[in-house]
Amino acid sequence: MAEPILEVKDLSVYYGVIQALKGISFHVDKGEIVALIGANGAGKTTTLHSLSGLLKAETGEIKYKGVELTKTPSHKIVSLGMAQVPEGRRVFAEMTVLQNLKMGAYTRSDKAEMEATLQDIYKRFPRLEERKNQLAGTLSGGEQQMLAMGRALMSHPDLILMDEPSMGLSPIFVNEIFNIIQDVNKDGVTVLLVEQNARKALSIANRAYVLETGSISKEGDAKDLLNDEAIRKAYLGE
Amino acid sequence: MSFLTYLINGLSLGSIYAIIALGYTMVYGIAKMLNFAHGDFIMVGCYIIFSVSAALSGNSVVGIIVAIVLCTLLGVTTEFVAYRPLRGAASPLAVLITAIGVSYLLENIALLIYGADIKSFSSVIKWEGVSFAGGQLKIQGVTIVTILVSVVILIALQLFINKTKQGQAMLAASEDKGAAALMGINVNRTIALTFAIGSALAAVAGALLCSAYPSLSPYTGAMPGIKAFVAAVLGGIGSIPGAMIGGLVLGIVEILSKTYISSQLSDAIVFGILVVVLLVKPTGILGKVVQEKV
Repeated sequence: MAEPILEVKDLSVYYGVIQALKGISFHVDKGEIVALIGANGAGKTTTLHSLSGLLKAETGEIKYKGVELTKTPSHKIVSLGMAQVPEGRRVFAEMTVLQNLKMGAYTRSDKAEMEATLQDIYKRFPRLEERKNQLAGTLSGGEQQMLAMGRALMSHPDLILMDEPSMGLSPIFVNEIFNIIQDVNKDGVTVLLVEQNARKALSIANRAYVLETGSISKEGDAKDLLNDEAIRKAYLGE
Repeated sequence: MSFLTYLINGLSLGSIYAIIALGYTMVYGIAKMLNFAHGDFIMVGCYIIFSVSAALSGNSVVGIIVAIVLCTLLGVTTEFVAYRPLRGAASPLAVLITAIGVSYLLENIALLIYGADIKSFSSVIKWEGVSFAGGQLKIQGVTIVTILVSVVILIALQLFINKTKQGQAMLAASEDKGAAALMGINVNRTIALTFAIGSALAAVAGALLCSAYPSLSPYTGAMPGIKAFVAAVLGGIGSIPGAMIGGLVLGIVEILSKTYISSQLSDAIVFGILVVVLLVKPTGILGKVVQEKV
């Protein structure tokens, strides 16, 4: 039996009076890629924001490596080994690529190992090294996505949350980003992937959950979901 | 020769505006609020120097240090007690009105303790200054020190922001607080640090201001505070070099227009320039239009 790194039980989140998440439960095992798919407004980003503490959970629990996260402030979560690549990249546009990457390692103090992580990231994203002194705001959308991923990896996470990494990217970049996600996972980082591009997400994930207006409507092996008639109709446009 | 003297005096007054404007602009940059009580922190600093110097029979160095420490505490406390609870309030006006309230509170506390009469402030800079060209060009010590201090502060701030982890965190948090929190940055603590720096600078500005213009009252900080705000907007609010340039422009224009046009009209001219600059370039001299890539 695989060991869960993240366990979410009965999580409810409200925006004012509107209930965005209606008691969802899911788990991510160590070493997996788990996809969370669903339409716009289904609650995918809300889920990730409550995991990283940007939104407060009303009820339920979030256990990461056994630590309860619902009461943990967001700035303390990254040092537990959980990093997030936010929707819309949210790189620091007025800072250089290198400064952005260093912000990713904000909680680390091990200088030599940090430098090693930086070199690893440059190896994974050669473009970031080429442009390390350029302002992040001047990068293309795909490059910014790479920077946001590199920035998250700088914290040396065990679990990385990715929010819509393919959004607004050209098909070539989408393929590249998904290849990188698989590579990162092969190197031992567990991935929770939130995507509207269900076909792509299911093709690289081990397991997946389908989120529908704040509840999980389906879950299972990604391969099975990819062949599921209802899923094909609703999310794969067939 | 006299033009040069006025220019240097303008530069000196502008340096004081610049130091105050730095506090305004840094706080605005990160907390996205205008701390209208900032000018009154200057007045508080001046009274502290005044009282400590009087108690220690004229030792103003200790007075300046005490003023910097207490103003820093005042800034951090004000942020914690009055502004932090309103962060994320439904309307950004709530915190603005609170800032005006803090301003009146500080002025009235000073009025209560020191009374309304104007105190004569003895300059913290005892140096007479230098004269050139056989006494035709005289520069006062306080003028030279003020300009030097502002240059040192600007360089130190730039180094702090670009070279230290805390400075970089400040920059990141002023761009995107959510993303900064995801990096592990404690945004609240970073904002408090910004208030601390801004308030310490206000104390320094107070010492220089009251040394150059030695009359101290509970309203001493109000007008320079507003002018520094104008300087910050003129330079591009949120921009540190902008605050510096805005302050210098304002100081020079004020002194030159007082000398050559009319001392009554000089404030009108200063604010007129603000209106013109904002009409031509709404973001200020160094302000950038933020473009977001999607």
